Amino acid sequence: MDALAGLRPCLIEVKACRQAYHKDASADLVVLDDVNLTLREGEIVALLGRSGSGKSTLLRIVSGLLKPTAGSVRWRGNQIAGPTEGVAMVFQSFALFPWLTVQENVEIGLEARGVPRAKREALSEAAIDMIGLGGFENAYPKELSGGMRQRVGLARALVVYPDLLLMDEPFSALDVLTAETLRTDLIDLWVDGKLPVKSVLMVTHNIEEAVLMCDRILVFQSNPGRVANELTVPFPHPRNRLDPDFRQLVDDIYGIMTRRAPVGPKTAATAPVSPLATPLPRVGTNIMSGLMETLAAEPYDGRADLPALAGSLQYEVDDLLPLGETLQLLRFALLEEGDILLTEQGHRFVGADTDERKAIFAAALRLHVPLVTMIRQVLDERWNHRASAVRFRDELEDHMSPDYAEDTLRTVIAWGRYAEVFSYDEEAEQFSLEDIE
Amino acid sequence: MAAGWRLPNLWDAAAFLCVIGALVAVGHVARGTLTRIDAPGATQITLDPLNLPAYAVRTTLRMFAALAASLLFTFTYGTAAAKSRRAALVLVPVLDVLQSVPILGFLTFTVVFFMSLFPGQVLGLELAAIFAIFTSQAWNMAFSLYQSLKTVPADLAEASASFHLTAWQRFWKLEVPFATPGLVWNTMMSMSGGWFFVVASEAVSVGDNTWTLPGIGSYVALALAKKDLIAVGWAILAMLAVILAYDQLLFRPLVAWSAKFRFETTAGATASDPWMLRLMRRTRLLKFAGERVGDATSFIGGLRLSFGRRPRSATAPEPSRTVDIAWIALLALTMAAAVWRVVLFASQSLDWADVETATGLGLITLLRVVVLMIVASLIWVPIGVWLGLRPEWARRAQPVAQFLAAFPANLLFPPFVLFIVHFSLSPDIWLTPLMVLGTQWYILFNVVAGAAAFPGDLKEVASNFRIGGWLWWRKVMIPGIFPYYVTGAITASGGSWNAAIVAEVASWGDTKLQAHGLGAYIADATDKGDMSRVVLGVVTMSAFVVLFNRLLWRPMYAYAQRRLTLG
Repeated sequence: MDALAGLRPCLIEVKACRQAYHKDASADLVVLDDVNLTLREGEIVALLGRSGSGKSTLLRIVSGLLKPTAGSVRWRGNQIAGPTEGVAMVFQSFALFPWLTVQENVEIGLEARGVPRAKREALSEAAIDMIGLGGFENAYPKELSGGMRQRVGLARALVVYPDLLLMDEPFSALDVLTAETLRTDLIDLWVDGKLPVKSVLMVTHNIEEAVLMCDRILVFQSNPGRVANELTVPFPHPRNRLDPDFRQLVDDIYGIMTRRAPVGPKTAATAPVSPLATPLPRVGTNIMSGLMETLAAEPYDGRADLPALAGSLQYEVDDLLPLGETLQLLRFALLEEGDILLTEQGHRFVGADTDERKAIFAAALRLHVPLVTMIRQVLDERWNHRASAVRFRDELEDHMSPDYAEDTLRTVIAWGRYAEVFSYDEEAEQFSLEDIE
Repeated sequence: MAAGWRLPNLWDAAAFLCVIGALVAVGHVARGTLTRIDAPGATQITLDPLNLPAYAVRTTLRMFAALAASLLFTFTYGTAAAKSRRAALVLVPVLDVLQSVPILGFLTFTVVFFMSLFPGQVLGLELAAIFAIFTSQAWNMAFSLYQSLKTVPADLAEASASFHLTAWQRFWKLEVPFATPGLVWNTMMSMSGGWFFVVASEAVSVGDNTWTLPGIGSYVALALAKKDLIAVGWAILAMLAVILAYDQLLFRPLVAWSAKFRFETTAGATASDPWMLRLMRRTRLLKFAGERVGDATSFIGGLRLSFGRRPRSATAPEPSRTVDIAWIALLALTMAAAVWRVVLFASQSLDWADVETATGLGLITLLRVVVLMIVASLIWVPIGVWLGLRPEWARRAQPVAQFLAAFPANLLFPPFVLFIVHFSLSPDIWLTPLMVLGTQWYILFNVVAGAAAFPGDLKEVASNFRIGGWLWWRKVMIPGIFPYYVTGAITASGGSWNAAIVAEVASWGDTKLQAHGLGAYIADATDKGDMSRVVLGVVTMSAFVVLFNRLLWRPMYAYAQRRLTLG
């Protein structure tokens, strides 16, 4: 198969693509940096990565919805400008028009092309039947379950006979069982050659989903988004999740994704240049305690295999990895080749009572989270022990996008409140030392 | 659809009669409109109640003509403001100010203007009246469309782009449907507001001439002049009938239909269809006509008009800064020229003393509005909460309150005036309640809605912990209904300012009652034809309204949205 792949016509060619948002104060915020991607006919390719790794941005660049800051995107050899003919997209949120029936939703792409009504009806009828929506033609989206809605999204994309089907985390808004049914249905159609597309490019943060469905996986790293690794999935369809080779590949990808970024300076407290450059994910203290307690207890006894842990907790990579990394940042745990280990500090935390836990957490914050240190320092220096949050937000925004800055600030506020390092007045947007001894 | 070709049914007969009736009425009005002013009966009013149905039809059609104009305005102005960043720089603030300008003060001048367009024709008067109504309807409709266009969900916009919808298709398939529920609601509100103006604008005096357009408003004016309380009663009855009719025939079905476009992904509890919508759906003829109309709109909306522009990618190229600067410079110049013209005009006939007088009177009216809002809140908030917490009552109270808000309060003035005259009370105090007569209902029905939406579990918590008395109001109910209350209070206070022009001056036969205030100042200047003082009064009032909104209501609304919204 691989030998043939080079001969198949090339659909999309992305070269040296870079996407950055301009920021007045400091350097540009780079979302994607030097990304290359070639997509040929007859393959399903996954863009796998954590949220914020720019994979959805790349998908939008490929679809022509977004123009890259630099680099070239060629569709069948021609530079693209604007949404490409021959590309159809499936959205994570389904993006169905609530005021149109299933059939009208499916027909919208045809209507945009000016296909006459009779032909439109015939085509949409066929697509609706193929995707298993027969009988729902006159239903409105709000009458349907999530799984049925995404089927409408699929039918709407397939009915235009696109050469390339783009899917942006198509199953992540669905429950586990529904998502699995949709995945297998789609793969069955693909294997039987019934899917009227030449190639599929999908964005996912679910490692098993990527291994289950795709021929090739591009693993993204964050900050800035880059392709960290490219893997070929050699298994024939239908694939078995329990197959040892399948498990091994999933394990390997977990390893790749938890590996520390090989480039760039260490973002530890020792780097005085920009102690605020690390975005913090929205991870709560309860879930941290919960994970530490789980790790400390049977059957893990302080060490767990990430895929197994994810499976038993019903977590996806996007839930588990930020959590693990946060614990690592605070030195409560370590990530090693797809495993997570509880540290000495972590064990101490688990064994402590509420007040001791707060003390341990506070110490960890002040040692390892420069933003917390900085806020507390400012508060200690001020005569009234108050400081506006706006100032810290502005400083964060010099290093990251406003959304990340907001998330980071929120996280730090929650942590600081829990550890009683400072208190915060939401209405006044002010940090203070009220009720803190 | 093939089975649909059967003989028309009984519903059809009823619907057919309605349609014919409407056509005859329109024809009748058209004949009345296109005559000369001095033609016999063209501008004369009699107090014979038998003429009232004809007057009511004239008044109603004026309303709908203005509504059509408002929709046209909404779709052009609102769209331009939302689509062009540079146009929005001008259009949005202008709309914001227009919303607070009491156009009633300009009635005299618009009448002169339209009369000069059609000299000697009734049409000129008609257009002036329609224009007055239009100015009371258009602004909030345009704002509603603008706001909707600005908040189209990002994923649907992306889906439209990725499926290559042209700008035209996108407008009709995505943006207009998305804006429909808000627009329908605002149209309904506008319609209610418009009655107030239609009644005030039918009997206009310019200098020594007084013209009356046949309609309910001029009927009431005549009744007042002739001290005929029974005629006033008839007019109120006619008005009730008209409002009930259009509410049932038009807006109930429209609101129910527009629920289809509400942007929610979960199926909510659906209320049963109003009877008119059921009729439309059951009547084969009307259904057929409705489907044809639907098909036609869908066809027009589906046309691949692209105005020579390819659908652009989601991130447009950086807008040119030089063009921006040139544009802003041009705006600044225009502004400066406008200010210069105003100063020139004002300095001819006004001095600082006039400004002081107007401001002083403005403060008096401000005091009135504030006191009224407090009194109205103290009365209607407890009643609204009481009603809202009892679903049975809330269901019945809601339409009644909406109906009362739609009723033109100026029709109810005569009994008040009679009362004041009879007991020789101080007009400064007793004319005041008239300002809030029509607008207080906004507070009531919003509070009812808020209390009805108050979460059941919080109610249970309150009773479980035996939270009662003042604590219950302070910590439970008032924060719970506050966002709703603010919404209602903003509308009510804005309406009260406008009503001041009519409410601070009232007459009964030869007796004229006048309170001190900016409204009376404007009304007085209008009577004398003193253009510069009208302008001064209107500008002062606009300034008061804008400041009042910016300094009080906006922050309150923002606070409510930030802190007190549930969920």
